[in-house]
Amino acid sequence: MPETTMTAPGAGAERTGPPMLEVRDLSKTFRVPKNAAGHSRLRALDGVDLTLGRAETLGLVGESGCGKSTLARVLLMLERPDEGTMRFDDVDPFGLSGKELLAWRRRVQMVFQDPFASLNPRMTAEAIIGEPWRTHGDVVPRGKRPARVRELLDLVGLRAGDASRYPQEFSGGQRQRLGIARALALNPEMIICDEPVSALDLSVQAQVLNLLDKLQRDLGVSYLFISHDLSVVRHVADRVAVMYLGKIVETGPTEEIFEHPKHPYTAALLSAAPVLDVSGREREQRILLEGEVPSPLDPPSGCRFRTRCWQARDHCAEHVPPGPLAGDTSQQAACHFPLEVATGTGSR
Amino acid sequence: MSSTSTVALDVEGLSVDIRTPAGTARAVDGVGFSVRSGQTLALLGESGCGKSMTAQAIVGLLDPVAHVSDGAVRLDGTDLLTLDRAARRRLAGPGISIVFQDALTALNPVQTVGAQLAEPFRIHRGLSRRAARKRAMELMERVGIPDAGARMSAYPHQFSGGMRQRLLIAMAVALDPSVLLADEPTTALDVTIQSQIMELLRELRAERDMAVVLITHDLAVVAEQADHVVVMYAGRVVEAGPVKEVFAEPRHPYTKGLLESMPERVGRGTGLQSIKGSPPDLHSIPGGCVYQDRCPMVRDRCRTERPRLTVVDAEAGSDHSAACHFSEELAHA
Repeated sequence: MPETTMTAPGAGAERTGPPMLEVRDLSKTFRVPKNAAGHSRLRALDGVDLTLGRAETLGLVGESGCGKSTLARVLLMLERPDEGTMRFDDVDPFGLSGKELLAWRRRVQMVFQDPFASLNPRMTAEAIIGEPWRTHGDVVPRGKRPARVRELLDLVGLRAGDASRYPQEFSGGQRQRLGIARALALNPEMIICDEPVSALDLSVQAQVLNLLDKLQRDLGVSYLFISHDLSVVRHVADRVAVMYLGKIVETGPTEEIFEHPKHPYTAALLSAAPVLDVSGREREQRILLEGEVPSPLDPPSGCRFRTRCWQARDHCAEHVPPGPLAGDTSQQAACHFPLEVATGTGSR
Repeated sequence: MSSTSTVALDVEGLSVDIRTPAGTARAVDGVGFSVRSGQTLALLGESGCGKSMTAQAIVGLLDPVAHVSDGAVRLDGTDLLTLDRAARRRLAGPGISIVFQDALTALNPVQTVGAQLAEPFRIHRGLSRRAARKRAMELMERVGIPDAGARMSAYPHQFSGGMRQRLLIAMAVALDPSVLLADEPTTALDVTIQSQIMELLRELRAERDMAVVLITHDLAVVAEQADHVVVMYAGRVVEAGPVKEVFAEPRHPYTKGLLESMPERVGRGTGLQSIKGSPPDLHSIPGGCVYQDRCPMVRDRCRTERPRLTVVDAEAGSDHSAACHFSEELAHA
């Protein structure tokens, strides 16, 4: 892969600066057809707090239906939240309109999970990468676009000659590179990666993860990295947020969370994930959660995890545990009875 | 898991050809392995390596464009490929079963799960409707479906993904097969559900003394679940042996490359080792070693001579084998 030393606005910023993205108390409810129990409101997000710094990667972990993708859609302004605030560089994007809104939109881009469904089969690589400029015409002057496409192809490890090829002529890993090049076309400051490698084979997955890492170092871009694969998150994320039924139950620096989870759900999630090195962990120690995630149409009272938690008490059914404090990046868990470090069973 | 248990499934020199518009392609080429009762063997490989097609050939469910061109599949000593359809059905119907990845497409959407679970008992055991229903309900309870009695009359779409996978497993073990194939049984599931399903498979294997063939792309699942592993690449076995030995000391550069691609082996900020390029097209598999175009230690000999699967450290009596001319070198790398 050729080395490139291109820089975009925001590159080289310190990680210790004020957070680029700050989300407070975000809630989103969907109206759905009434189910048998008469519930018709699905609370997909319930008071979510989130911060993301420049050139930082936040891993968002949780099982299907926990609200990860809804959160991503709100951050992209594809959904309007019912409650809560979102500040991007101290500006609320939901208050913008016209040119200002257009200018904001290019700062946040997305890389999708399925590299087969997310690329138009009737467009060449050049047309795919250049499509964002049809809306955001002033990012790259018309005359310089062919050269910029080649630069972007080179940046993601494809060849300039690939510009005239169609998606189906590329392998899965190459397609994902193409999707990344498209996301980079508008020089974004933040990229939301929704399961970017889960459709790829292991050997190719490593190539794409290395590329994302290199791009972050070269361009200073921030990632919200959504994944169900804990070993991938541990590898790429600076901080982790664990979601369960529309709430963030634990957040903190990646290593602290993986070594000493405080929330029982985090511990169970870590313990359930298969690991290569079996010798380091006794099978007896595995936490096997009972049952399945309750329906978000009718979540349990109090702590939402209590129905599957092995140490739930009466208190948990009556009181909602306070969520992680916004803006605080230390390890915090939304649990009345957090696990002690000494008994943390999720370490590996 | 004693080594004196009997060989339940023995596959030898299995080859599968597929007809395509561009000509015949060999999707599986001379694959062989055997599994003992009460043990788990993992078929490990990336998409397109032929692992699912191997499983389909074993259970006789190949797509019409594919056919077995060579080899033997022995179930408790009888070669299934030499039997006629009726005989094969009598023997393999109850003897071998398979659990698919996608439970929703594997179940009949317009039949209640109770009826579907009772079907094998009625067809193969000739039980009455009532007796078959009773057995079906016991099975549902055994695989951990709560409120089994009431849910007998529910349809597949009324179950969650994890529960559907339990139903498929129930159906697969209904007739006490001696061999159970599981084709990516947990790939579509969340990790907490995945661990529940794997635990269930392990319990059933022990209590019924089944031989399990686990088809997967996940190295961590192999490390936790399997006794033996067969690594496939481009339709061929490139390495095989006890999981502990193969993962601790891989003797094929592909296996080594896969292990090094695992993110859990390296910390944040360090680059992952990745395998360059992508697998060869089945229509243009190179002469010589199938892995030559991606191999970091490729030599002239690899371009011309196809390495055979040979036992490494033969004098130590191990059953670890690799198809690499330079596997000896890899041991000391």
